[in-house]
Amino acid sequence: MKRELLLGNQAIARGAWEAGVRFAAGYPGTPSTEILETLAHYPDVDVQWSANEKVAFEEGMGAAIGGLRVLVAMKHVGLNVAADPFMVFPYAGTNGGFVVVSADDPGMHSSQNEQDNRYLARMAKVPVLEPSDAQECKDFVKLGLELSEAYGAPLMLRTTTRLAHHKSLVSLDEPQPVSRRTFTADARRFSVPIYRRLLRPQVEERLERLRQYAEGSPINRLEAGDASVGIVTSGIAYQYAKEVLPHAGVLRLGMTHPLPTNLLREFCSKHEKVYVIEEGEPFIEEALLALGITNIEGKARFGVIGEYSPERLKSALGLGEAPHDHAAEIRILSRPPMLCVGCGHRTVFSSLRQLKVTVAGDIGCYTMGALPPYEASHTTFCMGASIGTAFGLERAGEERVVAVIGDSTFVHSGIPSLVDAVYNGSHLTLVILDNSTTGMTGGQPHPASGRRIRGEAAPKLDLAAVCRSLGVEQVETVDTWDRKAINGALRRALAHAGPAIVIAKGPCQRLPEMAGREITPYIVDESLCTQCEACFKVWCPAILRSESGFPTIDPVECTACTVCAQVCPTEAIYPAVHLHAPSQTSAGTP
Amino acid sequence: MLASATQADKVHNILFAGVGGQGVLLAAELTALAALRMGFDVKQTEVHGVSQRGGSVECHVRFGPRVWSPMVTPGEADLVVGLEKLEALRFAHFVQRSYGTILVNDHAIIPGSVAGAQETYPFHAIEFLQQKSYRVMAMPASRVARDLGDGRMVNTVMLGAASALIPIPEETWLSVLESRLPARFRDANLKAFAAGRVLAAGSA
Repeated sequence: MKRELLLGNQAIARGAWEAGVRFAAGYPGTPSTEILETLAHYPDVDVQWSANEKVAFEEGMGAAIGGLRVLVAMKHVGLNVAADPFMVFPYAGTNGGFVVVSADDPGMHSSQNEQDNRYLARMAKVPVLEPSDAQECKDFVKLGLELSEAYGAPLMLRTTTRLAHHKSLVSLDEPQPVSRRTFTADARRFSVPIYRRLLRPQVEERLERLRQYAEGSPINRLEAGDASVGIVTSGIAYQYAKEVLPHAGVLRLGMTHPLPTNLLREFCSKHEKVYVIEEGEPFIEEALLALGITNIEGKARFGVIGEYSPERLKSALGLGEAPHDHAAEIRILSRPPMLCVGCGHRTVFSSLRQLKVTVAGDIGCYTMGALPPYEASHTTFCMGASIGTAFGLERAGEERVVAVIGDSTFVHSGIPSLVDAVYNGSHLTLVILDNSTTGMTGGQPHPASGRRIRGEAAPKLDLAAVCRSLGVEQVETVDTWDRKAINGALRRALAHAGPAIVIAKGPCQRLPEMAGREITPYIVDESLCTQCEACFKVWCPAILRSESGFPTIDPVECTACTVCAQVCPTEAIYPAVHLHAPSQTSAGTP
Repeated sequence: MLASATQADKVHNILFAGVGGQGVLLAAELTALAALRMGFDVKQTEVHGVSQRGGSVECHVRFGPRVWSPMVTPGEADLVVGLEKLEALRFAHFVQRSYGTILVNDHAIIPGSVAGAQETYPFHAIEFLQQKSYRVMAMPASRVARDLGDGRMVNTVMLGAASALIPIPEETWLSVLESRLPARFRDANLKAFAAGRVLAAGSA
């Protein structure tokens, strides 16, 4: 059998393909993005990025009741957006297998909060599977689809960052042929609000049958060990527990909702002390306490905030402190994130800073506008929140409020807020950073980019036309690398009596068509340079300081965005006539 | 490595550290693939922030007969491979003090977004680590890569040096490089890899 090293996310995609998933949808979000990106490489699967997670979920729901096997994938906060259908779908139950992947991000590597979506699943009465390695990521997708069909249950596969973003060995199988299940249009089943009281009892009955399944399922696995110490664990934390306490008895829960209450009672009664080791909230621990089991220790010992690791477990168990870094003895500079070389967001934040406006930001690379050197973004909460927050700040009495949102985020959840702002008489200024991609997650297409997930051409949403159609009269589209144009458009927008929009347009430098194009990099003419530092204040990672103190531009990194040349008062920066060969560059420039 | 583990069930712990854009992930992936060819159980993981470029990147590779955690625990790495001085310093404490080695590219990339970074960058990081009695092997990998025609091959030079300290035969490494790297980069990277092995032999 062929074995490969796969990311947890790649293994989920492989499992979906092998199990005959025919429709898959989602919205990019770390740490879930690679699932659909990988699945798009397999044939015979209808894979797409949707406008947002709610839409993706509903499309998947339709495909599943229509009889297909379906996978929808999103990060933890994405499920908040999809929570409405997520809570109701179980009332109807599914026809074809339906698995939603919730990729939780303990440690908040690329998220605004920590959120354990097992609670959402419990609220929705949806069963939860938690794999512990890449092989199980693949296997549990298949099992999840089978259980989903057998019990009519929409099912959640919960991952966390380390599981999603680690690689381990996976045995590859051939895809199994799965035919579409019969769909019967049946209002008594699928018109939930009308027949809600009829449908309600089956949700409880299904959950009880699933609990009985959990009691005997091989994925809730007992591993014999010492009678003194037992471990109840799930997900990637299982690996850490095995690493640190190799001799303990283990109950590894592959299914964490509904929980196998009898199995848990029995396991805990056979061990003097039981450690509950789970990433996120005390989900299993609270269930044990509710069962009246008291010989357990969980979050009080191991903590609730952040990612788990073997180091953390060792330290919590008093098995030795891992060595610390040398920050107390030597300055270890941090490397904070910064906007890429040539990023078009730079000019907008420079201008906003200069204009001294209050800025409600949004989710994307441009959250970095809040950091030095710009410090020109003052609030960020969640996807699409910029416009509503700006509206509220304005109502609270703030003058000169600007909302800043990316193109993908605007399509995701900004449009209804703009409708509302126009309707309710706001005069806010909105900047749409239109870089033709979902940049922060690595560059995924969206409805306003004119491409679909496999790169094929798609109808392109015209953002300016959308804004005008919503009733905004002042809409200007400007070249995002033109400092004067950006500044002028912002000033006009702020002066406008009604709501006004500036679309700062210019593709993300990471897009293949940008990264692959031929450019003439810019150079610094030391005979004209007065070392006035203006170009350093562009904060471009390609502008380095030579030993003589002059600025120097890395010719490989330079994207010829021209912004440094625009700020230079002595015109000392201009395009190099001859393209520098890569061999003349230093390695690993920032 | 656990205290109770014998040589037969030894898990090898390698940590690659560098700056986004230096090719840290590729070096780690090639190591994981080489270990896989040897028939080991292998796990790999990476930690990096939101920035695609310019941020600190750490990549963990563990292999042996049976590997649990994908993450290396501080104090247990057989090898810390720093593609940049500050990053080697940042992750030095991951190395196992009695038998582990820190391989470091004697090259500084000053964080552009930190005010005063030029003045406060720890240029003496290598000397500091030597004073702290770490086993440090410093090498001019960036210069060597540049001399070979492309400074971006610094990751391959460092991987070559690391390979000399990892118990996997040279032919396995070469076959992984040949199958994994695109044809147009292959010959240059094989030279870079060989140069790295020479550097390791020279500083041993």
